[in-house]
Amino acid sequence: MALYRALIELADDHLVLGHRLSEWCGHAPMLEEDLALSNFALDLIGTARSLYAYAAEVEGKGRSEDDLAYLRNEREYLNCLLVERPNGDFAHTMLREFYFAAFMEPFWQAALSSADPVIAGIAGKAVKEMAYHLRHAGEWIVRLGDGTEESAARMQAAVVDLHPYWEELFSGGDCDALPDRAAIQPAWEASVKVVFAEANLDWPEPVYGQNGGRDGMHSEVLGRMLSDMQYLQRALPGATW
Amino acid sequence: MGDVTPLWEVFIRPRNGLAHKHVGSLHAADEALALSAARDVYTRREEGTSIWVVRSEAIAASDPARAGENFDPAEDKIYRHPTFYKIPDDVGHM
Repeated sequence: MALYRALIELADDHLVLGHRLSEWCGHAPMLEEDLALSNFALDLIGTARSLYAYAAEVEGKGRSEDDLAYLRNEREYLNCLLVERPNGDFAHTMLREFYFAAFMEPFWQAALSSADPVIAGIAGKAVKEMAYHLRHAGEWIVRLGDGTEESAARMQAAVVDLHPYWEELFSGGDCDALPDRAAIQPAWEASVKVVFAEANLDWPEPVYGQNGGRDGMHSEVLGRMLSDMQYLQRALPGATW
Repeated sequence: MGDVTPLWEVFIRPRNGLAHKHVGSLHAADEALALSAARDVYTRREEGTSIWVVRSEAIAASDPARAGENFDPAEDKIYRHPTFYKIPDDVGHM
């Protein structure tokens, strides 16, 4: 069951962040970024599907990936709190993406050599996607942080707002088939600080971290997001088209 | 937005061995973001293996008003097409 739980944590991270990014569709500041954010959303939702499908198989209770995505309540979602944070402005969205990709890229890199062929297979596809998300989001953070007075202020505000949330990325998921999340933290901090230096951003003083997502204890924003995302299956159970 | 995100022309090479071909344009702040945007906008359906971006203002274009003097003189010089040669059978497909 350790594997099932770890897969659900990761799948929920990907689905929730993917849904958040999809909320930008049609609202991004320019067409080019609108497409980029939708592409990112589809990458993440694609990985979530693979993880849910495998989790359902591991669980062996006949549930499908759709059951796991659309028919679980807020308290059953095990994503970290970072990914459910609202989109905010472009600085917040890019920083959230950057923190997540800076964690997932080395995570999938390590998972490539997993003894579990399904995990290694998912990693092979996801590692390339995360490398791109990391680069793209990093480019924006440098340009916003080292940009105009307003963009720099907004970027720094995003850093402060999301500071309580990044540490939870390294929690949970203790099982043999998947890489140790805590072991990734030093590499994560190093790669984030390289970009921060280039972006003239200050790394804030340590704060009391917010967590609980891995135990299903979420902030109120997740419930609203799920009521939107799950609406159709809740209103018309089993609807297909 | 034109000042901070100027226009770029995008060229994609569909496969190795083929030339980069103009596919469209986009707005971006600089080279890195233009390449990124080109990847996101123009290669979503496996269209390419390589991308070039060029600032639109760096392209010099021929004057449409001079199309007559530029291109019409070639009209009656069909002997410039290599279609007047007999290709020996053993050369095969060319």
